[in-house]
Amino acid sequence: MESVWFAVIVFVLTVYTVLDGFDLGVGLLHPWAARTEPERRTVLASIGPVWDGNEVWLIAFGGLLFLAFPRVYAAGFSGFYLPLMMVLWLLIGRGIAIEWRHGLDDPMWKAPLDLLFFACSGLLALLFGLAVGNVVRGVPLDPQGYYQGLFAWMLNPYALLIGALSLTLLALHGANWLALKTEGTLQQRARGIARWLLRVLTPVLALATLATFGVRAGMLHNYRAAPALLVVPLLVAGTVAALWLYRSRDHDLGAFACSSGLIAGLAAATAIGLHPYLLPSEPLPERGLTIANAASNSHSLAVGLLWLSFGLTVVVSHMLFVYALFRGKVAEGGQEPSDTEYV
Amino acid sequence: MTDAAVADRIQFAFTVMFHYLFPITTMGLAPLLVLLTTLHLRTGDDRYGRAAQFWGRIFAINFAAGVVTGIPMEFQFGTNWASFSAFTGSVIGQTLAMEGIFAFFLESGFLAVFLFGAGRVSPVLHWLSSVLLAAGALISGFFITATDAWMQHPVGYRVAHGRVELTSLWALITNPFAYWQYLHVINGAFLAGSMLMASIGAFYLLRGRHTGFGRLSVLIGLTLGTVFSITQIFPTGDMNARNVVHYQPVKQAAYEGLFRSQADAPIAIIGMPSTEQHRLLDPIEVPGLLSFLSYGEAQKTVPGLDRFPTDSWPPVQVTYYAYHIMVGLGTIFLALLGLGVLLAWRRRLFGSPWYLWLLMLALPFPYIANEAGWVVTEVGRQPWLVWGLMPTSRGTSPTVEAGETIFTLLGFAGIYSVLIAGVVFLLGRQIVLGPDRKPAPRRRLVRTR
Repeated sequence: MESVWFAVIVFVLTVYTVLDGFDLGVGLLHPWAARTEPERRTVLASIGPVWDGNEVWLIAFGGLLFLAFPRVYAAGFSGFYLPLMMVLWLLIGRGIAIEWRHGLDDPMWKAPLDLLFFACSGLLALLFGLAVGNVVRGVPLDPQGYYQGLFAWMLNPYALLIGALSLTLLALHGANWLALKTEGTLQQRARGIARWLLRVLTPVLALATLATFGVRAGMLHNYRAAPALLVVPLLVAGTVAALWLYRSRDHDLGAFACSSGLIAGLAAATAIGLHPYLLPSEPLPERGLTIANAASNSHSLAVGLLWLSFGLTVVVSHMLFVYALFRGKVAEGGQEPSDTEYV
Repeated sequence: MTDAAVADRIQFAFTVMFHYLFPITTMGLAPLLVLLTTLHLRTGDDRYGRAAQFWGRIFAINFAAGVVTGIPMEFQFGTNWASFSAFTGSVIGQTLAMEGIFAFFLESGFLAVFLFGAGRVSPVLHWLSSVLLAAGALISGFFITATDAWMQHPVGYRVAHGRVELTSLWALITNPFAYWQYLHVINGAFLAGSMLMASIGAFYLLRGRHTGFGRLSVLIGLTLGTVFSITQIFPTGDMNARNVVHYQPVKQAAYEGLFRSQADAPIAIIGMPSTEQHRLLDPIEVPGLLSFLSYGEAQKTVPGLDRFPTDSWPPVQVTYYAYHIMVGLGTIFLALLGLGVLLAWRRRLFGSPWYLWLLMLALPFPYIANEAGWVVTEVGRQPWLVWGLMPTSRGTSPTVEAGETIFTLLGFAGIYSVLIAGVVFLLGRQIVLGPDRKPAPRRRLVRTR
């Protein structure tokens, strides 16, 4: 039961990263991809109807972690106190940048909001990477299972490397999305950015993989115990190869599918390495929070799984409906809710 | 109480009260929006369509602000109230996660369809998106109220292994405390939404602009507002108060300012509680009314604060004043809106500018009343975080210090100042533009392959 919930948490966080990942990436690279006002509008329109729903996966992750592993939720969120508060502020800034932009048709209104959209998206991608890096590296838990994660401690070389990986990967994912959703100059520019990012990503990813085994040799433990699991990292390597192939052929859908697969594969490979730890402890590994010592009681987990299986079916089906409704290329010059009948 | 706990409480109170301004509006406008889209669909009358568009724009601005200020609420349980989270996650996690899964996805998905989908989906589907959007807003309100109701009156749990463990999800979501509380909360939002509509309508009538739209807004807001102002007091307010009498008598004693247990207990209309002298200063009272309202009999004894040890009292002044502001305003709303209905019935409503002025200027007060109601509920729950189970001082994060929380509190204060300025600007702009803002020629958002 606890392992099922571990998988649920990883799944929800992965869906969040794949979905909000592309709109974070779009925010991060839009100053380079979109140079003119109509291009900016096109970029915004490509994520306008879906970004908010994507972000709900983060809220769902928070709620489900709270339910299933309250001690991890408590220790993790209070431990990374200031970074997490900054994530909240950045999410606020990003949300208003997207939603307010079409409120007034004036460059003096739009320029600062565009900058805000860029800065918040970039810093969020970086902070998410730092958080993952520090979780993998392990945090100094006290006997009660809490810690104080200050920036002075969080900004270590390994976590910064994972931060760089997160920035590159999400920017690439965003470029793939833009190439898929746009046409003309914008699309050409997005493809160029994606090719460039892919050249950066490949060595960063290789380096990050090696460094991970350096900071946490235990990441290999589960793979040694069940070598069949090695298929996941192999799939990740295959996805990178496929990404090169699709990018070189300007096959946008294939490339976007590959960057989605790459994010999911990396999440799965990391989760397999961490299991059964949710929040490993360093330098005293025995204090780590695991699926056994951090889980809620079994009744809570069982009923939770029951309603969640129903709930997720509903969620996935109406999300598919919304994505299907807004499929295809965004109209040139973009369109925002202010141009439609309702907003 | 430690400095950290005080800072945590101030931060939570500030961020949640700021956040709640927006759900009041979205939950309150939700049924009105559905009414307008339904009328539009049934009659095909463009007036309803344009009214729905206008209120949809107002809804969307508030929705966005509600989303961005809502995310910090869920995460603050973990950041600032870690001990509480670790202690109660098995129970609280259920309703919070359910809110995300069953309400937020629905709202965000169908708001997109409602806002962006006008030219892309059939009219019926577009109408349905407004219904599902409203449903999402109301479901979200339910799960949050159920979460709070558990903190007021814990059910469906046992204490084991040094924490709370859920034993019955059914008991949790059918908590007897939750139902009247939810109906009172949601009805309060409906009342605010109706009064918002009437207020903006009155503004247009006084300005002499968009008078057709203004009349429609005033009539709908006034009619529904009158109904909601009645149901706010009876049955929802009355039944909710009876739950408090039953489960949290000390809270009732505090908000009524009843220091001495007594039969034939009076209700204080006005008065200043003195915690030094243990009595109300300069009270104006209605004898026997409190006994009657609490138990249905004037002779029954109502327990006063003297029945409880001083360290189990909530902060008396805050609880007392918040309650009296809420109840006082609720009574004034009933009188104000009832008067409007009377004027409308005598066909003198639109010829009475003095009344339209009153209606317009009433705008902020339902928000104050809604916020005050939550202050009664939450401050009145002190010194408990979870009633009878966990004192507030024990719920904070072991590793987060007062200095850190004050830093982030200042951060929130700064960001929210910018946020409220932007929201007021954007809302004001929509009101100035008015309902007849010429829609651009309908273009397709996305070209299908």
